[in-house]
Amino acid sequence: MQIEKYYHKSDALVVGTGLAGLRAALALADAGIDTITISKVYPTRSHSVSAQGGIAAAIGHASDDSTELHMWDTVKGSDYLGDQDAIEMFVNEAIKTVYEMEHMGVVFSRMPDGRIAQRRFGGHSRPRAVYAADYTGHVLLHTLFEQCIKKKVRFFNEFFVLKLILREDGVVSGVVAWDIRNGGLHIFNAKATLFATGGFGRAFKITSNSFTNTGDGLSLVLREGLPIEDLEFVQFHPTGLYRLGILVSEAARGEGGYLINGKGERFMKRYAPEKMELAPRDVVARAEQTEINEGRGIDGKDYIYLDLRHLGAEKIKERLPQIRELAMNFLGVDPIKEPIPIQPTAHYQMGGIPTTKRGEVLGDGKSQVVPGFYAAGEAACVSIHGANRLGTNSQQEAITMGRITGLAMAEFVKKADLMPVPDKAVEEAEAHVRRYLEGKGSVRPFELRERLHEIMTNKVGIFRNERDLTEAVRQVRELEAEIPNIHVEDKGVRFNLDLQEALETENLLVFSEVIAAGALNRRESRGAHYRVDYPKRDDENWLKHTLAWKTPEGVKFDYKPVVITKYQPQERKY
Amino acid sequence: MKRKFRIFRYQPDKDKKPYYKEYEIEIEDGWTVLDALNHIHWYVDGTLAYRRACRSEICGSCAMRINGKNRLACKTQIKTLGSGTIKIEPLPGLPIIKDMVVDMDPFFRNLEKVKPYFIKYSPLPEEEQLQTPEERDLINEAAMCILCGACTTSCPSFWANPDYLGPAALLKAYRFIFDSRDEGGKERLEIINDRNGLWRCHAIFNCTEACPKNINITHYIKKLQNLAVNNQF
Repeated sequence: MQIEKYYHKSDALVVGTGLAGLRAALALADAGIDTITISKVYPTRSHSVSAQGGIAAAIGHASDDSTELHMWDTVKGSDYLGDQDAIEMFVNEAIKTVYEMEHMGVVFSRMPDGRIAQRRFGGHSRPRAVYAADYTGHVLLHTLFEQCIKKKVRFFNEFFVLKLILREDGVVSGVVAWDIRNGGLHIFNAKATLFATGGFGRAFKITSNSFTNTGDGLSLVLREGLPIEDLEFVQFHPTGLYRLGILVSEAARGEGGYLINGKGERFMKRYAPEKMELAPRDVVARAEQTEINEGRGIDGKDYIYLDLRHLGAEKIKERLPQIRELAMNFLGVDPIKEPIPIQPTAHYQMGGIPTTKRGEVLGDGKSQVVPGFYAAGEAACVSIHGANRLGTNSQQEAITMGRITGLAMAEFVKKADLMPVPDKAVEEAEAHVRRYLEGKGSVRPFELRERLHEIMTNKVGIFRNERDLTEAVRQVRELEAEIPNIHVEDKGVRFNLDLQEALETENLLVFSEVIAAGALNRRESRGAHYRVDYPKRDDENWLKHTLAWKTPEGVKFDYKPVVITKYQPQERKY
Repeated sequence: MKRKFRIFRYQPDKDKKPYYKEYEIEIEDGWTVLDALNHIHWYVDGTLAYRRACRSEICGSCAMRINGKNRLACKTQIKTLGSGTIKIEPLPGLPIIKDMVVDMDPFFRNLEKVKPYFIKYSPLPEEEQLQTPEERDLINEAAMCILCGACTTSCPSFWANPDYLGPAALLKAYRFIFDSRDEGGKERLEIINDRNGLWRCHAIFNCTEACPKNINITHYIKKLQNLAVNNQF
């Protein structure tokens, strides 16, 4: 089979076109840097579009808010694993981000006097979420896309990255990608490469994430022998539509929604008496799962209710129109008249590719920058969210870090040379695709994915223990060993969805071992990582970030200290 | 319950012409057309091609023709489609890449023609530009567009003339022209006040009917036509 090769050169290369990728591309374009973005979807299909509730910034329109309070809430929310120097920078830049997005035309919801409105969100001590009804991510993403059109950013849509080009001298000089639409290998050679490749929710059975969220960036990085940070911290969002996992924004609780168990009780009073439904997500998701596990789900089943009825039709229609539509379409439930059946859903990865505060990727996870390589958004770990992210901090991080990283890249490419792509990298990528298009295996990608979902959901979920995690690590490794045996039915080169699913499944398997092994390794409970056999936070031994490398023998670990500046760890109560 | 699907198949580099293939599968209560396509792709025929991402009606990937109507596969509950065979085809009027996957580039190129971005010439304030809830209400619905292409590809005027900007691009123009903060209205109106713009809309309402976000697109095009006639800029 003939596989055509195409070569592209640019100063900067952005992989991923969600909020982080597009904001970085825009910063680069503004600096006059020749930039290519590549994405496996059209930019407006990126998962950022699904974000609903809002974007955090202490602009103080609805309260006496301050950046200090935003910082404190984020540090506490992170269960003290967030790096405080990064968080301090983040909360200050966040304000600028909101006004800058407004200046690009975002249709934020407004107060009667015309200023930007704000509302409450879990874990934030003030109404801090700037929002556009319950489709904030949609308007932010579309606005950035529009601005990129204006600045004539070069888009390569529907390309799947097969390989990160990490040269032997330790410099990154681009990627090799597969043209999903037409087939063919495209070699993107760049001075600076950004991974804004998003999250990994599709490793789990019940998830709020798009089909596209298969953690591709993580696995591309792990394959090159680079580390990933804190991947054991998986956020389960408290309100996914029952059985489907589709997101029902935390804004529903921010606007005053109740969580109700099978006994008709607002059970959060037993878990977070002060904050109730607006405790952080890790606390609320655990509370829900406890209710369900102890038989207090609705009719004893594995779901509970999100009740919005008392908010009234007008408020629901104005502030939460999308989630009303989703509940009606998918569950046949109108939240104005009935409570919504919900359950926790895998939502967000707190960990990721370790970076500096400027988005530079750290080759040793600690201090050594990989020249030419950057990461931002959910794919990266700065770490702003530590062990648990607060709602509305992720869209904010994606845009803010996208901008900061884009500026850092612009500075870098001005003095860097374009380093050639080694032939070996292209040959490896080609062999990778050929294995599927020419080979014959016996296991279908979806079979491996379904088996992975069972393992991750049952053994690496909200409540974890030594025995389950030990088994999970072994089982994920067994699945990984089956990768060479994956069978792709479609042998064509044109929009081969089967090939794409095989490549994505492979990526899911590569990083999932790191989640499970990291969770087994961390013998304490902190933020979203909860060990029933080690239910207490253990600052003496575990107030540190995990760095994980893949090796043929299994996952290898190292650690780095948490940056603590203003706030010493204390007991975390809500 | 078993349901039959009659699905459009075409791979232009391989097949001489398009054909339809039937699949009969067991479906579960609450399944959408996207669930059925996934099931067929995973369990029956791995060569089937279609786009999908969010599966929650917001990314706009999975617009296709279902029983003769443009809809989002992820939004369409199978139980709303009667009891007969369900026919699935690509969006009409765009080049086919494979099966339900069409080339969306012409659609996005039309969008780019209307200056689909916020324009401001006066100096910006340090903080936000003020906009009252009432001013925002004018564009709230239009800003909900997910660029799925269901509207434009349902429009007979677009089928007859691919140079027609189409409802999605006009809606985007509306979203900015009627934004109280924007200053690019006049230049945008000049672009769309054209035979291949505003005046190719004959108020057939197909776009409005096709819109999965229930946006009254024809109404907004009408408002733009009125503006052009009264030349308020």
